[in-house]
Amino acid sequence: MSFFKKLKEAISAKTEAVTSKFIGGLAKTRDAFGKVGELFTLRKKIDEAFFEELEEILIGADVGVNTVMELIDELRDEVKKRKIEDPAELQPILSEKLTDMLRGNGEEAGLNSNPNGITVILFVGVNGVGKTTTIGKLAWRYKQQGKNVLLAAGDTFRAGAIEQLEVWGQRVSVDVIKQHSGSDPAAVMFDAVQAAKQRNVDVLICDTAGRLQNKSNLMEELSKIHRVIQREIPGAPHETLLVLDATTGQNALQQAKLFGEKSGVTGLVLTKLDGTAKGGIVIAIRNELALPVKFVGLGEKMDDLQEFDADQFVHALFAGFVQDEEPQDESQ
Amino acid sequence: MAFEGLTSRLQNVFGKLKGRGKVSEDDVNEAMREVRLALLEADVNFKVVKDFIAKVKEQALGQEVQKSFTPAMVIIDIVNKELTELMGGTQEKLAKSNKPPTVVLMAGLQGAGKTTLTGKLAKLLLTQKNNPLLVAGDIYRPAAIKQLEVLGGQIGVPVFTLGDQVSPVEIAKQGVAKAKAEGYDYVLIDTAGRLQIDEELMQEIKDIHSAVEPDEVLLVVDAMTGQEAVNVAKSFHEQLALTGVVLTKLDGDTRGGAALSVKAVTGCPIKFASTGEKIDQLEAFHPDRMASRILGMGDMLSLIEKAQTNIDAEKAKELERKMRTAEFSFYDFLEQMEQVRNLGPLEQLLDMMPGMGKLKSNPNFKIDEKQINRTEAIAKSMTHAEKLKPDIINYSRRKRIAAGSGTTVADVNRLLKQFEDMKKMMKQFSGMMGPNGKPKGGMGALKNMFGGKNKGPRFPF
Repeated sequence: MSFFKKLKEAISAKTEAVTSKFIGGLAKTRDAFGKVGELFTLRKKIDEAFFEELEEILIGADVGVNTVMELIDELRDEVKKRKIEDPAELQPILSEKLTDMLRGNGEEAGLNSNPNGITVILFVGVNGVGKTTTIGKLAWRYKQQGKNVLLAAGDTFRAGAIEQLEVWGQRVSVDVIKQHSGSDPAAVMFDAVQAAKQRNVDVLICDTAGRLQNKSNLMEELSKIHRVIQREIPGAPHETLLVLDATTGQNALQQAKLFGEKSGVTGLVLTKLDGTAKGGIVIAIRNELALPVKFVGLGEKMDDLQEFDADQFVHALFAGFVQDEEPQDESQ
Repeated sequence: MAFEGLTSRLQNVFGKLKGRGKVSEDDVNEAMREVRLALLEADVNFKVVKDFIAKVKEQALGQEVQKSFTPAMVIIDIVNKELTELMGGTQEKLAKSNKPPTVVLMAGLQGAGKTTLTGKLAKLLLTQKNNPLLVAGDIYRPAAIKQLEVLGGQIGVPVFTLGDQVSPVEIAKQGVAKAKAEGYDYVLIDTAGRLQIDEELMQEIKDIHSAVEPDEVLLVVDAMTGQEAVNVAKSFHEQLALTGVVLTKLDGDTRGGAALSVKAVTGCPIKFASTGEKIDQLEAFHPDRMASRILGMGDMLSLIEKAQTNIDAEKAKELERKMRTAEFSFYDFLEQMEQVRNLGPLEQLLDMMPGMGKLKSNPNFKIDEKQINRTEAIAKSMTHAEKLKPDIINYSRRKRIAAGSGTTVADVNRLLKQFEDMKKMMKQFSGMMGPNGKPKGGMGALKNMFGGKNKGPRFPF
């Protein structure tokens, strides 16, 4: 089990609080992947039925259909090449493949920032994924780091959206730049950038209205917002984060693709991971579009936004049987 | 690719059979693999898929397929029928209580679209001459009450609220009491989004349920939900005894397999589908159309229905006469454009057509609504005489038209050329029409309009 030893080392360096939060939040995810553990220990033989069941478990976790097929094919090859017969031997190989997929080249940990000026972070996504809430949490995070933060209320469409951001602004004591409901969001962004320059803020976080990726006029609006920000601060936005609801299925791939085209998405935030969903689609998105997950949302509280970590993610997924292997590993 | 229709995939499978008259069990197995993938890619729950495939396979091995010359079509037909059946067969309406008010309780995860839906449902009830009251029961999400109030204001429906410091159970109770006292016939109770495993919040909505005894408990489900839809629906159903489901955000490009999963585990009918951001974009749910969509086969029925309600039959007849006699002017052209536009955004129309998904995924194929506006501007910048007789439009007139419409002379030239081509095509069309107006092979010409015989979309039926 050298794989889990490695994992353990990687994780012991991290604070326990974060890990336990991750594990708590991912309890449901682990349940689904827990079945993998069962599959590996209960099955005596690697045969067609075994692969079929594994395929169903992965698809059941919303890992994209194409990615699952690829993964299964690779495992098949692996089994043939190494003449593996015991399912238990295959388990670390699968874990490692998943971690590798999620980590990619491993270069994009944390958020990009602008060393000499305002860092602009733009949030995009479909309706109801939790953009505004995530912005509130991220503002709080930056605030904790002693940064001077400003928010831009770019969702001028949905009823109550500006007020929602304002409530978050009050909670974390951060100013919100806004216009009337129904005004041009690009104009709001322009105002916000000017205000950010005048007030000498460190981080400007921009909210946008939720939009479905197949609405071409709304997507054009988004690329206009992007252009305006870019024109006012060269090199900005330094991060464009696509917020994904963890319950979303295959459509998340399409979202990542089309939002990527129109607003140059640089990373993902996976929300609502605290209980219901498996969020496996991020594996497919990482695999097919090479977009890294930067944060995960694990609840409704201010401090429920955590930096994504592939080790922890997979660790939490497999926590169920890491415990079996090494009981001391989990001391929450 | 994810959006390639099942039709074309099955045609690939059965294309190999050409020349061999018989369908073997292996062929059916291969076809079933494609059906399975199509359903999984559409986010139908894998357990539901498994049962479904077993059922369809049995029929597919039957006589009907064996005898058919077009086994792909027969199998699609079986799949389609079974899917429709599984989704509830016929369309179901909102409950109406014998003792008004009818109480409707919304439930669902965060961000499913409950508040927006509550507003839309009120609007729909309003157009059906009902008198609804909205109750703001989401006290947790910042500005959720405000959102409902804005929606209520837009459609002129009152919103009952006690602020965000009173328990939702109390708010719901008082809301229903108010509706009773003041003669409202529907009470729509918005609630906060909650995870089905959040015991505290689930207890709260159960308390609301027992306090107001709703006639209708609607689970609001995001159409983009993946495999998780089953767990969510099952858990909500066990705890709340749902009576119906509403699918939201169906105007996206998701295939919406969640619909099937939800129906399969709860047995509750899907009553409505939300198809846009505007407050009147809520439609009755049609299982048969959803079946086609999940399979990636388009939605011709909705398109035809849209055309029927939006296109003036008299005008269409007149237009047809003009087409036949080729006395087609720019006035008719504008009229026609207006009618097509009444059907809604072009992109949405194309989505409903079978095979268009494939066409749309082609990067060279782009619909530019602005281009249509430009074309309209050019036509409108013509004088009366020019509209009737485009032949008189010389260079100086072209320059004037271009200036008037804010386009270039080249744009004007292009439109004139297109107009001429259209007229020519119409002459051909009218040539193809028999004496009683029945087309003789008009479909072929239509197909050519989409870019040649081989490149064109394949119509499944």
